[in-house]
Amino acid sequence: MNIVVCVKQVPDTATERKLRPDDKTIDREAAEGVINEICEYAVEEALRLKEAHGGEVTVLTMGPSKATDTIRKALAMGADKAVHLVDDALHGSDGLQTSYALAQVLKKIGFDVVILGSESTDARMGTLAAMLAERLDAPQLSLANKVEIDGSTIRIQRLTDYGFDRVEASLPAVVSVVEKINEPRYPSFKGIMAAKKKPVETLSVADAEIDAAKVGLASAATEVVDFAVAPPRAAGTIVKDEGDGGVKVAEFLASKKFV
Amino acid sequence: MAEILVLVDHVDGEVKKVTLELLTLARSLGEPSAVWAGPGYAADAKAKLAEYGAEKVYVADDADIADHVVAPKAELLAQLVGSASPAAVLIAASQEGKEIAGRLAVKTESGVITDAVGVDSDLTAELSIFGGGVNVKSRVKTGTPIIAIRPNSTAPEASQGAAAEERVTVSLSDSAKAARVVERVKQEKGARPELTEAAIVVSGGRGVGSADKFSVIEELADSLGAAVGASRAATDAGWYPHQFQVGQTGKTVSPQLYIAVGISGAIQHRAGMQTAKTIVAINKDSEAPIFELADYGVVGDLHTVTPQLTEEIKKRK
Ligand SMILES: Cc1cc2nc3c(=O)[nH]c(=O)nc-3n(C[C@H](O)[C@H](O)[C@H](O)COP(=O)(O)OP(=O)(O)OC[C@H]3O[C@@H](n4cnc5c(N)ncnc54)[C@H](O)[C@@H]3O)c2cc1C
Ligand SMILES: Cc1cc2nc3c(=O)[nH]c(=O)nc-3n(C[C@H](O)[C@H](O)[C@H](O)COP(=O)(O)OP(=O)(O)OC[C@H]3O[C@@H](n4cnc5c(N)ncnc54)[C@H](O)[C@@H]3O)c2cc1C
Repeated sequence: MNIVVCVKQVPDTATERKLRPDDKTIDREAAEGVINEICEYAVEEALRLKEAHGGEVTVLTMGPSKATDTIRKALAMGADKAVHLVDDALHGSDGLQTSYALAQVLKKIGFDVVILGSESTDARMGTLAAMLAERLDAPQLSLANKVEIDGSTIRIQRLTDYGFDRVEASLPAVVSVVEKINEPRYPSFKGIMAAKKKPVETLSVADAEIDAAKVGLASAATEVVDFAVAPPRAAGTIVKDEGDGGVKVAEFLASKKFV
Repeated sequence: MAEILVLVDHVDGEVKKVTLELLTLARSLGEPSAVWAGPGYAADAKAKLAEYGAEKVYVADDADIADHVVAPKAELLAQLVGSASPAAVLIAASQEGKEIAGRLAVKTESGVITDAVGVDSDLTAELSIFGGGVNVKSRVKTGTPIIAIRPNSTAPEASQGAAAEERVTVSLSDSAKAARVVERVKQEKGARPELTEAAIVVSGGRGVGSADKFSVIEELADSLGAAVGASRAATDAGWYPHQFQVGQTGKTVSPQLYIAVGISGAIQHRAGMQTAKTIVAINKDSEAPIFELADYGVVGDLHTVTPQLTEEIKKRK
């Protein structure tokens, strides 16, 4: 089975994240780039599917050259190889364009299952799996906390507002996973060493047959017009419970007219 | 005036509050047309949509629409974007809502903005990103603006609309039917306000200690007419169903008041509640990061502080 896992590098959420004043895109240089947390769960699920059904796991990342660190992390966990879509023309791409670019690569490399995380920590759109399913004309099996493959049938549990749906489709399919699905493995020392030798194919926009006029900041369908750092929250009142902590909170709530 | 399509969010035939917020917002942008997708449409729903200003109601209530994941709703909306040429499409920024918005954007080659907290009359959207650290104004340059709006961003205000009903038939494509819902599992939890819609949310974390002890959280919530939320530690432990998880991979809530009980305030939790107007924390560890956000905090044992708070609120009523 040909399993492709889409992995995004994002600025570390533990650092201060910023937009660039010049072109109002995210400042990927200011903060350390780390693997988007939920993408680790996507990689883990890809590895488990491979262990159960055989085949190969390919990591797919669109991002600047420093995103190789993130690719190596996924390879160290056990993925077999990687495709890195990297081109200055892609800088500033929005959701519509990112889904287009990733879909072009996926059409080129082929897949039985594409696995994504449910959401990134930087842009938090939570739409990429849906957009890719639309572009690839493949079933959308998103927000999964359980994935099972049986021959050419794939079943997931899709988390919903009221519980979950059991959803079924035929392969090839696009899957997104939530963090409840598994516990990602830590790369072993052996894994880290092996990752250094695993093949990483670099694709430019032209290599992937992406129309350069359809990606990047200038032709993006959305535009950040303006931004401002939000004023910091005023420091609150923190009291130690002296036996009347509950009463004190009630007094605070009353002062704010909540009770 | 140009039409603004508003996708109706509904459960068991009941229109959710977020839809009334979206209709209210749509009135400031153009002429609201509600779009009903899936079974359950009835007179009550129509009356509600009229009350909040829907001039038109497009109804596509075939069961088929709900029997497949996301794609049918995007297909219906794409058809309406084609026939009605609306100035914008507004959708609730729930996880499903964002997915519908994404597919619709691809279908109509339009820009999509997710998680807006406001929209100006020129359709510029306001966002709060990086956990509330940065405020952004964004706009759609290409196609029909598709904007997913965070619940609780606009106060719903009634204003009668004509709600002229127009039946819509969609012949779903095979690809829209590719992912079949074979079973729906409901895990109900009492009759409290819906988490993302509630004005007050009381959430419990690992500090609560057990499923039984969540009654402490529920009792406080009930004394305030609040919704109950939970941290991932609490949902993973099985103390509370997953759909009550607040945070990065759970619900994003923006209530007037958020009370975090026995929750440390990890970045992933904060991502889902940081934009609450007022934040209160009860935690025995004075170093817990949740206190950095709290407007009011008590360092103490939640098992004594919380019941005392509940009693005190009841007394004051
Ligand atoms: C703060 C901020 C706000 C933004 N708002 C908008 C907006 O409103 N509208 C808009 O069109 N664009 C927006 N963007 C642009 C957006 O970052 C990119 O289009 C992005 O590639 C897709 O958004 P996401 O990461 O939120 O996707 P999500 O749908 O949240 O990501 C889900 C999964 O998709 C996969 N994935 C995402 N990106 C990549 C990648 N580059 N390579 C490999 N896999 C990937 C990963 O598996 C990830 O877990 C915004 C960017 C920022 C920084
Ligand atoms: C990909 C990913 C996604 C995630 N998504 C989410 C998400 O959506 N939502 C979410 O919440 N988390 C999420 N997490 C998990 C997050 O990192 C934290 O692990 C989680 O929020 C911790 O929950 P907690 O605060 O209840 O538990 P803990 O961090 O263990 O904190 C418990 C707190 O309770 C206090 N306490 C203990 N006993 C008492 C007592 N008797 N009285 C008072 N206080 C007491 C302790 O001092 C402590 O501060 C995610 C993690 C990952 C990796």
